[in-house]
Amino acid sequence: MTDIKAQMEAVSISDGSRAPGAARPKSQGKRGRDKPLTWLYVTTLVLGIAIWWLGALLGNNVLAPTPPQVVESFIEGFSDGSLLMNTWASVQRVLIGFVLGVAVAIPAGFLMGWYRWARGLLEPWVQFFRTVPPLALIPLVIVFLGIGEPAKIFVIFLAAFLSSVLATFQGVRNVDVTLINAARVLGAGDGTIFVKVVIPASLPFIFVGTRVALGAAWATVVASELIAAAFGLGRMMQSASQFLDTPRIVVGIIMIGLLGFVMDRLLLLLERKLTGWQETR
Amino acid sequence: MNSMISVRGVSKHYETARGLVRSLENVSLEVEQGEFITLVGPSGCGKSTMLNLMAGLLEPTSGEVLVDGKVVTGPGPDRGVIFQQYALFPWLTALQNVEFGLRLQHMKKTERRELAQHYLDLVGLGEFAHALPKELSGGMKQRCAIARAYAVQPSTLLMDEPFGALDALTRVNMQENLLETWQQERRTAVFITHDVDEAVFLATRVVVMSPRPGRISEIIDVPLAYPRTEEMRLSPEFAELRARVWRGVHHHAEEDAA
Ligand SMILES: Nc1ncnc2c1ncn2[C@@H]1O[C@H](COP(=O)(O)OP(=O)(O)OP(=O)(O)O)[C@@H](O)[C@H]1O
Ligand SMILES: [Mg+2]
Repeated sequence: MTDIKAQMEAVSISDGSRAPGAARPKSQGKRGRDKPLTWLYVTTLVLGIAIWWLGALLGNNVLAPTPPQVVESFIEGFSDGSLLMNTWASVQRVLIGFVLGVAVAIPAGFLMGWYRWARGLLEPWVQFFRTVPPLALIPLVIVFLGIGEPAKIFVIFLAAFLSSVLATFQGVRNVDVTLINAARVLGAGDGTIFVKVVIPASLPFIFVGTRVALGAAWATVVASELIAAAFGLGRMMQSASQFLDTPRIVVGIIMIGLLGFVMDRLLLLLERKLTGWQETR
Repeated sequence: MNSMISVRGVSKHYETARGLVRSLENVSLEVEQGEFITLVGPSGCGKSTMLNLMAGLLEPTSGEVLVDGKVVTGPGPDRGVIFQQYALFPWLTALQNVEFGLRLQHMKKTERRELAQHYLDLVGLGEFAHALPKELSGGMKQRCAIARAYAVQPSTLLMDEPFGALDALTRVNMQENLLETWQQERRTAVFITHDVDEAVFLATRVVVMSPRPGRISEIIDVPLAYPRTEEMRLSPEFAELRARVWRGVHHHAEEDAA
């Protein structure tokens, strides 16, 4: 439980959004601080690249990739289509594993929060597997699912599921009892309370869990492609490493970072839209 | 006259790590149809427990609670409850909040809209129908909660310190507003408060409770006519009643401390 809290905080700190119930910066103050921040973003980006470049030039490691080499590798990857193919393979895996994981985790989390029996049956397993990195299961997964696509997706699914199920569970547990009572005294039965109160009230938690799950899915995809993949960013980086093609590895890192970032922002947009009713305390 | 609420020999006990807590011990109270009862007493004397028993949100350890002649077995739309923490659904607009209970009664959309709007108008929130709770002040939220409870037209209104979090001026306005609405529809009301002045101003009878174990120590009739006005608050009669209630609360609080 403390772990999911920490995860939630990590998410909330990394992008300036907040965990449910935590303070959100006042819109007034935000406006004043936003502008200089944009410049700081640009500055730190330029500075970072400059330091990287200098480091690559000054150090006498021939394998250290410089920014132009990486750009060249990017262009090469684009023009021969390999980069897009690899990217698409990874994105597909991430999306399928993530969507399946979250789609199973949300109902499971709701069940755990709502019914004692479901909690009793599921929680020990969830708590146990949460402490085992999904990657550690790869050898076993290969035994049962082989080395094809299902094995890779399963590992990603597991990572996404485990990140999201406890957040949903916590969300349900955290629903304000007064809101449930308020619905009951207005004549709502259990079913109505579940649909009209518990689901909307736990949405903020679910979103936090979903975003952590997306991160987990990306974190897992590269490793999952160690299982005999033909395509994929992880696969691409791995073979680049065998050929000592370091610029290509950097290309892979940048692609994964960018895609993860873009998908997280899309989720954030959806979150803002659906949970905008939250009190700004 | 007919009793709207009958509390008959009710006890509510809790087993806790520090032993048995007797929140209510053999309490009996009859509330007549159309009465406005206020419950006062020191913190922890069982006021909320009593109200929640009437609402059907708690079950008595022994004894029984009857509302309109029927034993209470759970909450129902015949008893509206207004909570201290407003308890508005934050994802619904003011209007949708008021509509919530009506929707459960399968009322048609246009009819529902109209009725909800009517009750929002009644509490002076007509123009804020489409505002989310986060856009309303504390007093406005509480008025919205009142409209929501009223809209399902319960025969009884149960209120647990609904004005506790409001400033003095808003509070006085809300009291008048509440009495006005109550008079128009003449429902039975049970209202918890810490504020002795408020207890006297609203009530037909003030029920004074004392703690450990929770019980009723005194019931004080308030023979002032309605509508109650600000001038009444300043009258010697009012001062006298207030002093009696205060002595009742204070006396038992002191006894408890000793
Ligand atoms: N769930 C519970 N478990 C154990 N004890 C409880 C529980 N609920 C209430 N009590 C105890 O019952 C007593 C009465 O509580 P209650 O909430 O009815 O008091 P109250 O008069 O409403 O107080 P306040 O004015 O502070 O709201 C208190 O001593 C409280 O500690
Ligand atoms: Mg109370």
